[in-house]
Amino acid sequence: MNAPGMNAQSDYYYEASARERAQGLLDPGSFTEFMGPQSRCLSPHLAQFNLTGAFDDGIIIGAGLLQGMPVYVAAQEGRFMGGAFGELHGAKLVGLLRAAAAHKITAVLLALDTGGVRLQEANAGEMAISEVLRAIVAARRAGVAVIALVGGRAGAFGGGGIIAASCSRIIVSGHGRISVSGPEVIETNKGVEEFDSKDRGLVWRVTGGRSRALLGGADAYVADRISAFRDAALAQIPNAPPFTLESLQAEQARLSQRLAAYGTCRDATEIWRQAGLEPPAPVADLSEADYAGLSRLPEADHDAR
Amino acid sequence: MEQFQIRIEPARPASGGRRLASLGVNASGNLELLVERSLPPGEAVFDIATAATGFRDLWEAVISDLCARLPVGGLHFSINDGGARPDVVGLRLMQGAALMEQPA
Repeated sequence: MNAPGMNAQSDYYYEASARERAQGLLDPGSFTEFMGPQSRCLSPHLAQFNLTGAFDDGIIIGAGLLQGMPVYVAAQEGRFMGGAFGELHGAKLVGLLRAAAAHKITAVLLALDTGGVRLQEANAGEMAISEVLRAIVAARRAGVAVIALVGGRAGAFGGGGIIAASCSRIIVSGHGRISVSGPEVIETNKGVEEFDSKDRGLVWRVTGGRSRALLGGADAYVADRISAFRDAALAQIPNAPPFTLESLQAEQARLSQRLAAYGTCRDATEIWRQAGLEPPAPVADLSEADYAGLSRLPEADHDAR
Repeated sequence: MEQFQIRIEPARPASGGRRLASLGVNASGNLELLVERSLPPGEAVFDIATAATGFRDLWEAVISDLCARLPVGGLHFSINDGGARPDVVGLRLMQGAALMEQPA
């Protein structure tokens, strides 16, 4: 086992490095890293652009125990190039998912922290995302529960948002954001009337973890603690829906219903009103305890995904 | 980007038994450091890839400061730097050397 890094760890998920998250999610001392920094998996693309790389290309992968159960874990380092997917970065995750399917591992914890494709690796990064999606489908088909954890500074954007949506279950904290196009991207392409990226309240009401969990875009909400993500993962793994034609059809029906009911809403508060529920006080201002008392939309709990 | 290697002959071999330490992140104003116990005890090597070009003199000064303070013989330091200031570089190097002092 190797456990590089400082020993004095705090439990805050947002502040932790990818390696601290991977280690902290698992039983103490049980994490074994695959292709660690000493293997020097640096991106060949970044070097071509005269950019310095990272020895693990910004993703930590490995195996360990979750309450004694063998699981695999992958954690993106959101501070290195925004956690973006490059060719090697993606290949490490694809390999882990394929190994999980081949070895019938019960679960893969996927700690996403990414803005999407690494621009310098454009097509290779896009292909990496596609291969990850394919590998998640194959792993789920083989019975592996793939659990997305979103609570880092980069959130899960671009292809990372699509990857989150393809997982068996999504766990999010208040710091986590999930979407595909980022706020600035939407504003640049569709104009400020479509989405005002400088309106931080709007950005968080639409993409933020608290809203996502209330509206069913995430399956569980946790406080910003590694231990809370761990407990939620343990609770969600047995609930992971099987990946069958029926579950896909159920998900399609669920999303169609959501689109029909809320497709014209321009803000999370409108969705709330449309659902006939009292609009909550600004969700971001609530304490964790008060937030926990809010009821989710009736359809937020589901067997689909 | 600039890449270079600094080799020194430290007076004392590193204590402890740890084989490997990794810390920090290659981000703006920060750096990633990998330390391996892989060299003869009378040698230390620093392989540096830095986003800031033209500061080799400063790197040499910070590294000689580290070697005056801590025994680093036998250690191989590999760095991916995102433009960390000298004080941050010094701190990371000290952290890395301190981790290697732990038992295996």
